Amino acid sequence: MPAATFDEMTLPDGSVREAYGQLAEWLSTAPADLLDYRVKEAELLFRRIGITFAVYGDAQAQERLIPFDIIPRILTNPEWVTLKAGLEQRVKALNMYISDVYGKREILKAGIVPNELVFQNAAFRPEMAGKAPPHDLWVHIAGIDIVRVDAETFYVLEDNARTPSGVSYMLENREVMIRLFPELFSRHRVAPVERYADELLATLRSIAPRSSSSEPTIVLLTPGVYNSAYYEHSFLADKLGIELVEGRDLFVRDDVVYMRTTEGPKRVDVIYRRLDDEFLDPLVFRPDSALGVPGLVSAYHAGNVTLTNAIGTGVADDKAIYSYMPEIIRFYLGTEPLLKNVPTHRCREPEALKYVLDHLEELVVKEVHGSGGYGMLVGPHATKEQIELFRAKLNASPAGFIAQPTLALSTCPTYVDQGVAPRHVDLRPFVLTGTDEVRIVPGGLTRVAMKEGSLVVNSSQGGGTKDTWVLDT
Amino acid sequence: MLSRTADNLFWLSRYVERAESLARILETTQRLAALPSAYGGKTNEWESAVETAGVAPAFFSKHEEANNETVVSYLVFDRDNPSSILNCFETARHNARSVRTALTMEMWEAINGAWLELRRTPDRKLAGEELTRFLGWVKEIGLRFDGSASRTMLRNDIYDFSRLGMLLERADNTARILDVKYHLLLPDEGEVGGGLDYYQWSAILRAVSAVTSYHWVYRQSLKPWLVADLLILNDQLPRSLAACYGQLVRHLDELARAYGRQGPAQRLARATRSGLENAEIKQIFQGGLHEFITSFICDNNRLGLAIHEQYLA
Repeated sequence: MPAATFDEMTLPDGSVREAYGQLAEWLSTAPADLLDYRVKEAELLFRRIGITFAVYGDAQAQERLIPFDIIPRILTNPEWVTLKAGLEQRVKALNMYISDVYGKREILKAGIVPNELVFQNAAFRPEMAGKAPPHDLWVHIAGIDIVRVDAETFYVLEDNARTPSGVSYMLENREVMIRLFPELFSRHRVAPVERYADELLATLRSIAPRSSSSEPTIVLLTPGVYNSAYYEHSFLADKLGIELVEGRDLFVRDDVVYMRTTEGPKRVDVIYRRLDDEFLDPLVFRPDSALGVPGLVSAYHAGNVTLTNAIGTGVADDKAIYSYMPEIIRFYLGTEPLLKNVPTHRCREPEALKYVLDHLEELVVKEVHGSGGYGMLVGPHATKEQIELFRAKLNASPAGFIAQPTLALSTCPTYVDQGVAPRHVDLRPFVLTGTDEVRIVPGGLTRVAMKEGSLVVNSSQGGGTKDTWVLDT
Repeated sequence: MLSRTADNLFWLSRYVERAESLARILETTQRLAALPSAYGGKTNEWESAVETAGVAPAFFSKHEEANNETVVSYLVFDRDNPSSILNCFETARHNARSVRTALTMEMWEAINGAWLELRRTPDRKLAGEELTRFLGWVKEIGLRFDGSASRTMLRNDIYDFSRLGMLLERADNTARILDVKYHLLLPDEGEVGGGLDYYQWSAILRAVSAVTSYHWVYRQSLKPWLVADLLILNDQLPRSLAACYGQLVRHLDELARAYGRQGPAQRLARATRSGLENAEIKQIFQGGLHEFITSFICDNNRLGLAIHEQYLA
């Protein structure tokens, strides 16, 4: 079993870590009904603003609120500085790796990443081989999931290089916290996150194709109102002041993308797409996709439009490639990774598989292509039946899985039915890469497992969110 | 702006307006139906509500008789009726959600709040006081939405499209209210006859919130042809056909100016407006009120199509 859990506020001897000093004091003096009252107020605010998300397969709750925890999670400035450097390094390496995989393939020739992990990867897009997106930049927006196990150690749990979501919660959580707890903000110097929209807009402008005008037209492409993240799409389009378009609003003529407006066709230069590769263009990918734009890929190859993120970035963010990230960083940057990887057993390797099968009760087993906390076994919390089910799955297709030791994720004080209690958290910072610079707003989205002892923080599995504070010093 | 956004805004406002109109129609129906049967005689007010709402064939394929229960159920809660108040709010909210960025927070909250509230209202048999309260609430939503639009929106094309939807719907509704009662509107200069007629007349005025306005404008007792004059030609009354078309022309002109181009929609709207400006109520009665209204409803639909083709497709 894992070592003792690290609580980010209270140390084992009962003393409070410095960053949480003011908050702990405030919590100990705040009357219980005040917290109750603020919780209700917060829920009302979220409901009225309309922040909801849909859970796939849950028709009853077509629109549900993600539980919001009113106690902020606090990081110190030195902690953030370390994280930030590690994130920049990691995303830089991700970009170089993808460019290489679709280009010269040096990392494959050097035998560092096995060929089949690239070419048999469902997210590999042969259409992109030998092609480069504008400015040879691939991952403009990355969400890197981080967990913490003790005062010094952060691990990267997962890279999201396709269309990471959750940033609207980061922004709205802060907005709601400032409205509800002005007294806490007056006691802390919290680094602002509101800049995110400006930073994203600057990033998107920087990556416009060279052929576009000096005032590029940027749009956000959504699958539509039935998508679980639709709220976020409309929220971001609004903050950025750009049109929120669906596939049917766009068309391609002579390899140029236009949108249909009340004043006639208007050229589009940059598309922040929240639509998966497979749906982008029925002429190239899924022919049954009604969400995409026929001819889009051709316009993309002609260099007349930038897609954010580029097509084919999924080749870098599945859980099998994840285990190679330390080598990938060393290969391209010649430096040691600043952020650790969780030690990962690749079940495709026979020795690793044997070890995993012998230790299922201790390990976390994940599907290589899974996401959202689906298709995952948490050994220490699983029943015998669940373990046997995974044993069968592993034997049937070992290459589809990886396994990791059960990490003792850190906990943060969280307001639950029983009062304030520790709950496990993770962190998703958002890394923006433009042609000019890398931008990361301080903090990110903290997700919290609301159930006692639970390690699954995904919103689709009952996880909640917290405001994340990075303290300026 | 995106054509789809403009289309959503246009229909969003139309559906909110339609819900409010339905509430008004049901309110006056409820009033008339409550009259002592000595006044009532043969007319079935609930049936005429269904006709005014323009859904009679669909209604009677589902219900044999028009009464309080069947009509309220069909016009308020029925999901099979695309224009039921429930569906109006449902569609309006759906549209609002897809154009969130084009709406102000206040407008979104008005529509989202209504939708949340309505979802909490179980599909039950509303009658009497409960029905009155409910209809009052629906009208308030219309006021809140309309009020927040006029108080918080930028005066740009977004605003114009949302007004166009509202005005087209409103003109259609006023015309229908008149049409259903046209047989009472005889071109007779005399006073309104019996008690029933009097109530019917004031019901028409009530359905467009114009009881008090009538007296301010004409300063005399209810006369059928003056009621028609008020609702068709008097541009001081916000729900009159003339007022709706004055506004429609204005918003279409704004669009033409902003986009630098006039089109069929502008021409059609101006033609209908001049028709209303030059008409006199006597002539209208001579040619037949029903015929006049039927042709107006046709023109109004044609304008809707022209707007669609010019901007929303």
